[in-house]
Amino acid sequence: MSSLISRPWLWAWLASAVVFALSVALSGAGQAGGLLYAALSFGAFAAIVGIGQMLVVTLGPGNIDLSIPAAMTLSGTLALKAMGGEPGTALLGLGVALLVGMGVGGVNFALIRLLRLPPIIATLAASLIYQSLAIWSNRGLRIKPPVALADFATGRSLGIPNVALIAIVLAIVVWVLLERGVWGRWLLATGQNARAARLAGVPVESVRAGAYLSVAVLAAVSGYLLASFSGGAALNMGQQYLLLSIAVVVIGGTSIAGGFSNVPGLWGAALFMFLVVSMLNAYGFDAGARMMLTGVIIIAIVIAANARRSRS
Amino acid sequence: MSRDNHRQPVVTLTGVSKSFGPVKALDDIDLTLSPGECLGLVGHNGAGKSTLVNLINGTLKPTHGEIHTPYARNRRDSGIRSVFQELSLCPNLSVAENLRICHGGLSGPGWRTRAREEIGASLSRIFPGHDIDPNAEVDTLSIAQRQMVEIAIGFAPRGSEARLVILDEPTSSLDAGIAGQLLEHIQRFCDDGGAVIFISHMLGEIFQVTNRIVVMKDGRMVEDRATEAFCHASLVEAMGHVAQQAHATRRTAEMLGDEVLTSPEGISARRGEIVGLSGLAGHGQAEALARLYLDSTSGWSARREPAMAFVAGDRPRDGVLPLWSILRNASISTLNAAARWGMVDRRAEAATAADWQQRIGIRTNDLGNTITSLSGGNQQKVLFARALATSAPIVVMDDPMRGVDVGTKQDVYAMIRAEAAQGRTFLWYSTETEEVCQCDRVFVFRNGTISAELSGAEVNEERILAASFEMQEN
Repeated sequence: MSSLISRPWLWAWLASAVVFALSVALSGAGQAGGLLYAALSFGAFAAIVGIGQMLVVTLGPGNIDLSIPAAMTLSGTLALKAMGGEPGTALLGLGVALLVGMGVGGVNFALIRLLRLPPIIATLAASLIYQSLAIWSNRGLRIKPPVALADFATGRSLGIPNVALIAIVLAIVVWVLLERGVWGRWLLATGQNARAARLAGVPVESVRAGAYLSVAVLAAVSGYLLASFSGGAALNMGQQYLLLSIAVVVIGGTSIAGGFSNVPGLWGAALFMFLVVSMLNAYGFDAGARMMLTGVIIIAIVIAANARRSRS
Repeated sequence: MSRDNHRQPVVTLTGVSKSFGPVKALDDIDLTLSPGECLGLVGHNGAGKSTLVNLINGTLKPTHGEIHTPYARNRRDSGIRSVFQELSLCPNLSVAENLRICHGGLSGPGWRTRAREEIGASLSRIFPGHDIDPNAEVDTLSIAQRQMVEIAIGFAPRGSEARLVILDEPTSSLDAGIAGQLLEHIQRFCDDGGAVIFISHMLGEIFQVTNRIVVMKDGRMVEDRATEAFCHASLVEAMGHVAQQAHATRRTAEMLGDEVLTSPEGISARRGEIVGLSGLAGHGQAEALARLYLDSTSGWSARREPAMAFVAGDRPRDGVLPLWSILRNASISTLNAAARWGMVDRRAEAATAADWQQRIGIRTNDLGNTITSLSGGNQQKVLFARALATSAPIVVMDDPMRGVDVGTKQDVYAMIRAEAAQGRTFLWYSTETEEVCQCDRVFVFRNGTISAELSGAEVNEERILAASFEMQEN
C-alpha cells in the first residue's frame, strides 16, 4: 500500500478522478460518457506535446522547449498548405509535418549547442522565427484539411477518439523506451549528472540532440492533428500549449530537476487539465475565476505530490 | 577559556544503539573520551564509523542509550567539530565566508576582515607555508586545498574553542607533506588538552598520531586498546582482514605488449601495463586523465566495445547517479554492449551486477536499494564494478580508493593485477604513494607537466617524493 501511495503518477490520476466525479455529480450520470470522450480528445493534444516536453525537462535543470506553440502552428499551416484540401494527401501532410518537426528541433539544438545559448532563450527566440514563417506562408488563407483526414481526426475507433489512440500509442512507445530502452537509461543518467554520465560512456550529446528533436517532432505531429481536428490551421492554434505542456509534465510527477520521467502521470495530468476547466465551467464560474482557480488547483496538486515524495 | 577541569571526559556514550529502519548501524556502544586523547577509529566500509561520528556531533539522535557532552554550552556550540571526508564547503563562497557559516559570532560591520584573520591564522597554524588566499572562492581551489580549509575551519576557535575535533579521512586527498603537517598539529592540539577522533584507512597514520585505537566491525566495537598494544598485523586482523601479502613482481617493458596509448602530456602505456600517475595533489594529474578519457571517447556515439572506461574518485561530481539503484549505477556503462534492438537485456544486467557484487564485495542485501544508501567506500566499489565490467582495453582511474577500506583495497589491487595480466591497461592516479608503488611504471607530475618517469626498481617512495618536490627546492 505504501508503495502505491508513493507512486508519483497516482496524484494526477486521483485528481482527475475527483474532478471528474464532481463534474458528473452536477451534470448527472448521463453526461459522464460525453465528458470522458471530450477529455480524451482534448487531452490527447496536451499529452503529445507533454511527452516531448517531458523528455527535454528530464535532461536536467535549464532544459525546456518554449517553441512548442510556434512549431505546432508552423507544422499545421505548412501541412495543410501542402495538402491543399485534396483527397489522398494525408500522408504527404504528415511527411511535411515530420520534416518541419525535424527542422525545428535541429535548429533549436544547433542554437543551444553551437552558440551555447541557454535553452530558454534559444527556443523562445527561435519560436519568433517559426511563428513569422507560419504567418508569411499562411497569408490569411484558411485551407481546410482533406475530408478523409478531418473525419479521421474527429472520428473514433472502438469508442475511443482516434487522436487519443494515437497519443496513447505514442505514450506507450516513449514509456517502453524510457523503462526498457538503452536510450531511456542514457537520458535519465544524463539528467541526473551529465558529467558523470559522460564519464560512464553515455553519448550525452546525441541524447540531448535526440530529446530536442523528439519534442519538436511531437509538437509538429500534434499541430498537424490539431489543424485536421479543428478544420484548419490558425495562427494562434498553439498558444495554450506552452503552459499546458509544462503543466502536464509537472503535475504528472516528472522531476523538474531532471533525471526522472513519468509517462502514466503525464496522461493523468492531461485529462485533469481538461476536466478541471470543464468542471469550473459547469459550476458557472466566469473566465476570471476559472483561470484563478485553475492556477490554485495546479499549485495544490504539485505541492501534494512533492510532499508525498519527499516523505517516502 | 581555560580548560579548568581536565579530569572531565569530553564525551561519554553509554549503551548507544542506532537503527535506520530495520538496519542496525550501531549496537551497544560504550565509549569515553578524555581531554588530551587522540582516538583512532578504524573498521571496514559500512562498519558504522560515520554513524558513530554523527551521533557524537549531534547530527543524529541515538535509538537507545545516552550521549553526554559536558562541555556543551548551548545547542549552537558544543565545542565538538567535525571535518568530513565528503567535502561540505559551499563552493560559491570564499574561504572566509565559509568560516562564517559555522561561526554565528561573526556579525556586524567588518565581519569579513575578522573572518579572514581567523581562518588565515588557523591555516598558518596547521599548515605553515600554505598558499591559500582567504578571499579565494572555494571552487577555484584544488580538492586538497579545500580539504585543508575544511580542517582549518574545524580547528578554528570560532568564538569559543575546539574541545573535540573529529577528522573523517582527513588525509585521503592530501599529499604526504601536507598530511605530515596535519599529524603534527593533531599532536600539538592533544598535548594542549584537546581531544581528537581520527578516522583513517591509512594505518601508518593511525599508528603515528593516535594513543588509543577503537576497532569497529558490523556496528560493534570489537577492540578498544592503547595504540602500543597493536601492531600493524594485529590491527588488520582485528578489522577482519588478512594482512597484506608481499608485492607482486613489477613487470618491465620486455614483459609487456605494444604501446596502446600516448597523450599530449607525454603519458604512454603498453598493453597489460599498470601505469601510475603521482606527484603532489592538484598538479594536473586528474585533469590530464579526464582530458585523455574525453578525447578518446565520443559524446555522440557509444560503441559496443568502448575504447576506455573511467573510474571516478570525486564521486558526487564525476561518478554517482544519485536517483538510481545500485544495480542501475553499476550497469550504465555496459547496457549498450548487452542490448538487443536498443532494449536493455535486464537478465544480463542483473546477472552481471550480482557477479560483481560478489567479486568486489558490495555490502548490501538488495541491489535495488538506492546507491546513496551505501557508505562512501561501497559507492566507490560500485563505480569500480561499472568500469571493470566493460570490455574496455584501457581503464583510467582518478584516485579511485578514497574512502575504501584496507581489505577491499587489497582485493582491488589483486583484481587489477589479474586484469592487467590478461592484457588490460590501467592508468592510475593516486595521492597515496603505497598505491602508486603497485604500478609497473610511474609518471610524476609537477605543475601540470611530467617531471619524472620511473620504472622497475626506481618506483619507490623516495624517488617519487624527490620528483614531486625538486623544483621547489631550487
